[in-house]
Amino acid sequence: MIPAAVGYVRADSAEAAVAALGEHGDEAKLLAGGQSLIPLMRLRLARPSVLVDMGRAEDLRGISVDGDTVSIGALTSHSALEHSVELAAACPLLAHVASQVGDPAVRHRGTLGGSLAHADPASDLPAAVLALGGTLVATGPGGSREIAASDFFTGFLESALASDEVLTTVHLPVSTGGWAYQKFNRRAQDWAIVGVAVAEGGAGVSLVNMGSTPLRAAAVEAAVAGGAGASDAAAVAADGTEPPTDNNADGAYREHLVRVLTERALVAAGA
Amino acid sequence: MEVSVTVNGQVRTADVEPRTLLAHFLRDDLGLTGTNIGCDTSSCGACTVLVDGRSAKSCTMLAVQADGADVTTIEGLAGEDGLHPMQQAFHECHALQCGYCTPGMVMAAVSLVDEYSDLDADGVREGLEGNLCRCTGYQNIVKAVLAASE
Repeated sequence: MIPAAVGYVRADSAEAAVAALGEHGDEAKLLAGGQSLIPLMRLRLARPSVLVDMGRAEDLRGISVDGDTVSIGALTSHSALEHSVELAAACPLLAHVASQVGDPAVRHRGTLGGSLAHADPASDLPAAVLALGGTLVATGPGGSREIAASDFFTGFLESALASDEVLTTVHLPVSTGGWAYQKFNRRAQDWAIVGVAVAEGGAGVSLVNMGSTPLRAAAVEAAVAGGAGASDAAAVAADGTEPPTDNNADGAYREHLVRVLTERALVAAGA
Repeated sequence: MEVSVTVNGQVRTADVEPRTLLAHFLRDDLGLTGTNIGCDTSSCGACTVLVDGRSAKSCTMLAVQADGADVTTIEGLAGEDGLHPMQQAFHECHALQCGYCTPGMVMAAVSLVDEYSDLDADGVREGLEGNLCRCTGYQNIVKAVLAASE
């Protein structure tokens, strides 16, 4: 299927993108790698008036490690995350989760910033950034601001970004403690029916597709912090969640699945 | 909007609507119908091409995004000396039945072998998870990719 007619401007820097968003208003949409947006446009579930193409903003691409902080440009591809030797050393959870997104062709084009800004509760990378306690940097007309990952996801496909703000950088603490990512799906390349990301031996735990946003599993984190074993901590994994019912699974099945996957992930992470 | 894309080594320029998918640009504007379109959901991989040397689903990319890029389609893979080693391996291993998925399979496999070293059968299966063969002829496809990767 063919997307609806759309305008197009190219913005090769965050500043140019902010200006273009300001000019074209609420119906404009940022285009990064397009691996989420273009399928939605083809199904006409998304009909932006103007695409602001940031795909060539080269200064928003790249991974650097400075002391205890990993900084990743928003336009860094999943493939670059997957293959980065630096990231594998400083933040292996994120590098691994990136390798689990879609398929290689999707990973070549898709970007970390695009995935976060799309804010799909079924996506892999938002959960990883949540579990790692990341900080997102957004640039708008008034300058830049930092948003904690735990404050970023506000609803289904909704984020804390204002309509004239651009996500530019993701900061993560260096995290080399026990980690794991459990992703359950039935078809190759599909989204997770449920996923669980664990960082730092269970200090950070987040859930994929267990509600309208990626979720931090606070009850599990508290149980681990209180000395509970993997099995006992995983027993509370569904607490406070409102998992969706869809073609793949009903909510009750997801609640069962999240307990199973959380236990496996905690064990793998050495909790 | 005018775009200029290097396709199979030749600079091709065309005036396209921003909504034009790269797959349609290749097929309809350039007549390169070797790139097949198989689904509406970015699932099947039949339309896989190389963009700057790496696999991409040309149905999930706008032609305007490819402006200035280097695109290789199945038509551009064979050299003057004959078939590309991956094409030759598909031929020798009989890695196709109806052939519809083949152009995308071959392009994805070329990118896969270039990107990942030491591929085994599981790695090939996982690496080609974005390409569907409705004939379910995966066994020989995996054989061919392994043969070509040696």
